Amino acid sequence: MLALVIITGLSFDFTNGFHDTANAMATSIATRALSPRIAVVLSAALNLVGAFLSLSVAATIAGGLVETGLVTLTVVFAGLAGAIVWNLITWLFGIPSSSSHALIGGVIGSMLSAAGSHAVKWQGLVSKVIIPAALSPFVAALVATVGTFLIYRIARSMRAAGRSHGFRIGQVGSASLVSLAHGTNDAQKTMGIITLALIANGTLGAGATTPLWVIVLCAVTIAAGTYAGGWRVIRTLGKGLVEIEPPQGLAAESSSAAVILVSTHFGYSLSTTQVATGSILGCGVGRKGAAGVRWNVAGRMATAWLSTLPAAGIMGAISYFIANGVGGTGGIVVDLIILIAFSSGIYWRSRASTVNAGNVNAEWRGTVAPPRRAEVQA
Amino acid sequence: MSDWINLRAVWEIVVVGLLAGAGLPAIFAIGIRALGTPGKAHVTPAEDELVGGSRAGIALAVVCFAIVAAGIGYGIYIVVASGHK
Repeated sequence: MLALVIITGLSFDFTNGFHDTANAMATSIATRALSPRIAVVLSAALNLVGAFLSLSVAATIAGGLVETGLVTLTVVFAGLAGAIVWNLITWLFGIPSSSSHALIGGVIGSMLSAAGSHAVKWQGLVSKVIIPAALSPFVAALVATVGTFLIYRIARSMRAAGRSHGFRIGQVGSASLVSLAHGTNDAQKTMGIITLALIANGTLGAGATTPLWVIVLCAVTIAAGTYAGGWRVIRTLGKGLVEIEPPQGLAAESSSAAVILVSTHFGYSLSTTQVATGSILGCGVGRKGAAGVRWNVAGRMATAWLSTLPAAGIMGAISYFIANGVGGTGGIVVDLIILIAFSSGIYWRSRASTVNAGNVNAEWRGTVAPPRRAEVQA
Repeated sequence: MSDWINLRAVWEIVVVGLLAGAGLPAIFAIGIRALGTPGKAHVTPAEDELVGGSRAGIALAVVCFAIVAAGIGYGIYIVVASGHK
């Protein structure tokens, strides 16, 4: 049973990786600072490194959000299942929703339905998750706006071609930092959850820190997910929101990296997705007014952000009811079968409009689905 | 109230975020611009040439890039040093 929970945890980690490749690499791919393939390899490698750098966020997830004494394996499993379902739905629509909120929402949803509201540490939830979530996109947008403004101010006398060349090189560095930062924040979340499962199972004592083998497994899995590349989300972030020039890309990425790393430092499990989106919006605002920002795309994203915690919570609660209704390991197996069937369904749906390394930068025509080849040639 | 929101941390994130997230790229921009400053030789550089040829410009660029690299290195050091308590 523990093994099933850990495997589900790693599956979530994998969806987290491919959902979030976009955060670090969307802007570099959009400005052609990096080719799509090289971008995902670089991002995967740095996520791997980043995952080893810090454990602050894992500690928050494992001990700061729910009463560890009341957690059972079924609760953890149902939370993970809910998070995976929500991650896949948003991926299908190419919406850069927060994997972190999906995870936290899922776990809290299943916890609530299992043990009631006293099992949730509301104060930890608000101070370590909700408030950072609400503020971080604005902080990131502010930093990126200031950065973009300064860069264009400083570099305005330069010719466009030379400027683009220089900032493309800079983008390789800044995008790498975002990937590193992503590893320090997002890989930690699954580590925290698996630690929670180990505590629930009695393998670890309450308040224990994350064992090394969990760190290694999570780091490798998130890197693999990153390598798989969530092209649909990359497309929305890189092409849908703002048309980006290299100096803006540099500003956006620097802002994301700085905000994520500082927050990791404080143990805030913020959403790297929302930070990256805030930064990209900011770099659009910082350059000659807000004309370049597609606010309708931004609005759709904001809706997805607000709905992620409750939606994943509901999914988590539902999968808890199913698993608990059937009972024991059998309940988890039933849930797992439903989950696999659902995932296959989503994958099959996505085949209707494949987004991959080849067409990720195709012209934006209002949806994540790229124009068909015949239309491009016409 | 202070149990629910850590205002000091929020401020630190904003200030450090601005210094590192906007300040460092601005210094990088100064470096790129300095690097591209044309030198005395009357050669028209290629359209996307990075190095303009001015010695003072190159020197300033090196200083700028060094500051950026040092800032990044210091930031990562802080996170790593505090992240394994």
